[in-house]
Amino acid sequence: MSVAITLTVNGAPVSLEVDPRLLLSQLLRDELGLTGTHVGCDTSQCGACTVHLDGLSVKSCAVLAVQADGADVLTIEGITGPDGALHPMQAAFREHHGLQCGFCTPGMVMGAIELARTARDLEEATIREGLEGNLCRCTGYQNIVKAVRAGAQAMREG
Amino acid sequence: MSARPPRSPAPIPFPATHQNIRHDSAPLHVAGTARYVDDMPEPPGLLHVALGQSAKAHARILSMDLSAVRTYPGVVAVLTAADIPGMNDVGPVVADDPIFAESLVEYVGQSLFAVAATTRIAARAAARLAKVTYEELPAIISIADARATDSHILPPKRVERGDPLGTLSTSPHRLSGNLAMGGQDHFYLEGQISMAIPGEDGDMHVLCSTQHPSEVQHLVARALGRPDNHVVVEVRRMGGGFGGKETQASLFAAVAALVADRTGRPAKLRLDRDDDMVMTGKRHDFEVAYDVGFDDQGRILALDIILESRCGMSTDLSGAINDRAIFHADNCYYLANVRITSYRYKTHTVSNTAFRGFGGPQGMLAIEGVVDDIAHHLGLDPLSVRRANLYGGPDRNLTPYGMKVEDFIADGLLDRLESTSSYQARRTAIAAFNAASPVLKRGIALTPVKFGISFTTSFLNQAGALIQVYSDGSVLLNHGGTEMGQGLYTKVAQVVADVFGIGLDRVRITATRTDKVPNTSATAASAGADLNGMASFNAARTIRDRLSAFIAARWGIEPSALRFANGKVMASDNIISFDDLVRQAYLARVSLSATGFYATPKIDVDKETLIGRPFYYFAYGAAVSEVVIDTLTGETKLLAVDILHDCGTSLNPVLDRGQVEGAYVQGMGWLTMEELVFDAAGRLRTHAPSTYKIPGCGDIPDHFKVDLVNQPNQEETIHRSKAVGEPPFMLAISAYHAIKAAVAASGGNGPVKLDAPATPERVLMAVRARQAGAGA
Repeated sequence: MSVAITLTVNGAPVSLEVDPRLLLSQLLRDELGLTGTHVGCDTSQCGACTVHLDGLSVKSCAVLAVQADGADVLTIEGITGPDGALHPMQAAFREHHGLQCGFCTPGMVMGAIELARTARDLEEATIREGLEGNLCRCTGYQNIVKAVRAGAQAMREG
Repeated sequence: MSARPPRSPAPIPFPATHQNIRHDSAPLHVAGTARYVDDMPEPPGLLHVALGQSAKAHARILSMDLSAVRTYPGVVAVLTAADIPGMNDVGPVVADDPIFAESLVEYVGQSLFAVAATTRIAARAAARLAKVTYEELPAIISIADARATDSHILPPKRVERGDPLGTLSTSPHRLSGNLAMGGQDHFYLEGQISMAIPGEDGDMHVLCSTQHPSEVQHLVARALGRPDNHVVVEVRRMGGGFGGKETQASLFAAVAALVADRTGRPAKLRLDRDDDMVMTGKRHDFEVAYDVGFDDQGRILALDIILESRCGMSTDLSGAINDRAIFHADNCYYLANVRITSYRYKTHTVSNTAFRGFGGPQGMLAIEGVVDDIAHHLGLDPLSVRRANLYGGPDRNLTPYGMKVEDFIADGLLDRLESTSSYQARRTAIAAFNAASPVLKRGIALTPVKFGISFTTSFLNQAGALIQVYSDGSVLLNHGGTEMGQGLYTKVAQVVADVFGIGLDRVRITATRTDKVPNTSATAASAGADLNGMASFNAARTIRDRLSAFIAARWGIEPSALRFANGKVMASDNIISFDDLVRQAYLARVSLSATGFYATPKIDVDKETLIGRPFYYFAYGAAVSEVVIDTLTGETKLLAVDILHDCGTSLNPVLDRGQVEGAYVQGMGWLTMEELVFDAAGRLRTHAPSTYKIPGCGDIPDHFKVDLVNQPNQEETIHRSKAVGEPPFMLAISAYHAIKAAVAASGGNGPVKLDAPATPERVLMAVRARQAGAGA
C-alpha cells in the first residue's frame, strides 16, 4: 500500500507515492536526496535531523512523511541562498567555530533559526534552554551558544 | 542539489600557522553539503545489510535456522561464518574477534550472521527472524565476577619501585580505600557505517567511517582472503570518533565487503543507534583499591595501588589501554615507593576499546582519588596536598616507569590558575555559603593534568604524506591522518601552505585513502597533528628544495638565499610568483610530487616491564570546577569552570580551544552522568539516548573560561606545538572532585566515598552515608 502526498520542500512542489511507514527524514534523504538532514540516534533524541515543518522545528525522524502532506518543509539546503550565500545563522556557526565534526550542525542550525525567531531574549540561559533538544558530542556547546547569539542578532538586524 | 561549496568571505592570513583558521569543512558543514558515508550517492543495485545478534552473554550455539531470514521479501543474501573466503576475524592485535560467531557466543549482541536486502528495513526485519537455540554457559559479567573466577584476557602487569610495602608500614599515616568508575559510550553523532563497492578482478573499495583506514584495509583483505593491495579504504570525514572508530569500524566494513564480494553488488551497513550501542566496545570501567602511606603534609611516602578493568570478551586494545592506565597512575605526583598492579579481566560483555584518553583517565582518576582522600583524612585543602606531591627538582623527577619528567610545568599552571580563578577566595565564600545553607552545598576543586604523548606501542609512532603540486601551482595534500572534527586537515594544510609560502586556499585537502599513503597508524593517541603535520612538512620541504635548486641555479644564487612567502619566491632582486615558478619547473622536468615520512624520535619502552621512555613529551593542564548539590535529591549542577591548558605554541588556537572545551564536557559526562548499566544476564540496559545521558547544552555553565598557555614545546614537534585531543578530557576530574567536596560539606569527616559517575543516586547515597556516619 502506498499513499499519495503533495508538499512543498524548500519552496519547490513535490508529489509522490510513499509507504505509510516512511519517515519524513527518509523521504528527505532517500527519496529527495537532501542528505544535509542527518540521522543521528533514530529515536528523536539527538536533533541532528531537525527541519522546519510549516515554520516550526521538528525532528524529522519522528514525523511520518504522510504527516507532512500539504505542509511546507524547509531543510538546511533550503536556507542557503541560490548563489551559495550563507544564511546569517550558518555564517555565525562557521565564524564562531560552533562545530567540529559537523554532523549535528544542520539540525543545530535549523533549531537555532527557530529559536532566534521565537526566543523572548538572547540571554545565554535562554539559548541553552532552547537548544536542549539538540545534542553535540564534540564542542562542549560553548561556541554553539556564541554562534546562536551572533546569528540571532544578525537575523534581527538583517 | 548543487554541492558547490559557498566561498569563505574572510581573507586568509599568511603565514597560516598559529592563526585562528576556521575548520576547512565549516562552509560545507553549515550548508549541509559536507558528505558523510551515508550521504554519498547510492550506487545502482545497492544492498543494505543488517546483522543477526546473539541474545545470550555466554552460550553454545546448538542450532541456527535462517530459513525464514532467507525467504523474507527483498532478501538477496544471507552470510554466516561458512561464507567467509578468508579469515573469520577482525581482531586488531590478537585474532579473537570473530566476524560471525560459529559455535560459541560471548556477549549479548555478538554478530551471528548478515542479511543483505534491497531495503534497509527489509534487512533489519529479516535479521530478527532467525531461530537460534543456545545452551547457556555461566556468564562472567562484572569485574567482581571476573575477580572471583580468575578470568583474565591478558596476564596482569606490575610496575614497582623502591620499597612500597616496607615504607607503608613505617609511614606516619596510612589509609586504604577503593573507587569504582564506570565506562562510557562514545556516542559519536554519526554511527558506525561502511559502504563497500566491488571492482574488477577481486578489488574492493570501502567507504568507511573509521579512524584507522589501514587496519580496516588489512582486516577486510584478510576476511576476503586477498592481499591488502586489492582493497582501498577511503574516509573523507567522520561524524565523530573519540576512539570508537579505531578498531570498532572493522567488523562492519568487513561484513559490507563480504556481502559485496559474494553478491557482486555494492553493500552498505549502517547501524541503528541501539545496535551501535549494544554491539560496539566502550571505555573500560575500572575498580581501584589502594593502600597509601603519607606524612603530616599529605606527602605520599608509599603507594600500593591495584587497577582492575573490565575488558570484555576479546583482547582488542586492552593491553595498551591498561598499560596507559599504569603510565598515568602518577599523574603529576612523584611516587618514591610505589607498586602499581594492573589486572585485565575477560568478561562476557562487549569488548571494551579505545576512548579518548585510552586508560589515562582511569589511572589519573585513581591517583587523584588517593590524593583527595589523603586531604580529607588530614583535614587539609586538597590543593595543598596536590602541591606537596608534585614532581620537581632532580630528586623528584622520575616516573614509576623510569622516564624522566623534563618538561614539568604543572606547578606553574596550578599557581597561575589558583590566582586567575580566585580559587582561595571562592573556597572561603563557599565555606560561608555552606555554613548558612542546610540543603544546598557547594564544592570547588582544582586538579592538574599531565598526559603522555606518543603511542605506547612505539612502532605506531610513524606517519606518511603525499603532496602533489600541479603545473598551475595548486597543491593537493594527502596524509594518513583522518578527520573526525578535530580540525587535523586544517592544521596540516596550514603547515603545508607555509612551507610553500602560498595561501591556504591554494592547498586542496583530500580524503584519506589507503592507496595514497600506505601502512598508516590510527588517528589516535592525540598524535594526529604531531605525526601527520611533520610527515606533510617533510613532503612539502622535499618539493620546495627541488624548486629552490631549480630557480637558484637559474638565478645564479645559493638556494638558501630564497624566501617563499605571500605566493612569491624571492632572493635579493629576483622575484617570481609561486605559480610561475612551478610552471617553469614543470617545463624543466622537475618532479613536483613527493612523499614525506616521520617517525617520532627518542621513544623506547620495554613492552613487558613497561620501563623506559614511552612518551616523547607531556601535555599539561589544570582546571577549577565549582558545583552545587542538593542534599535531598542528589542532583548536581556545574556552576563555573576555569581552565588553563598547554598546547605548546598552538598551531591553531581556535581549533585547540574547541578541543579543550569539548574534551572537558565529554569528561564531565563520563564522571557525572553517563551510566552504562549491564544487567545480570549481560544485557546493556542503557542503549539509547533515552536512558544514556550525555551532556546537553543546559548542563554547561555560563562561566566557562579557557586560557591556553602558549609556550613552546621543549621537544622539536611541528612548530613546537603540543597534542590536544585527549589531555583536556582529564580536566573534568576537577568537576568530580568538586562534587566530592560538596558531599563532604554535607556532614561527617574523612574521605568521601563516591563512585563515578556521580549520578544523583550516587551523590544522594554518599550524602546519606556521610550524614549517618556523622550522627553515629
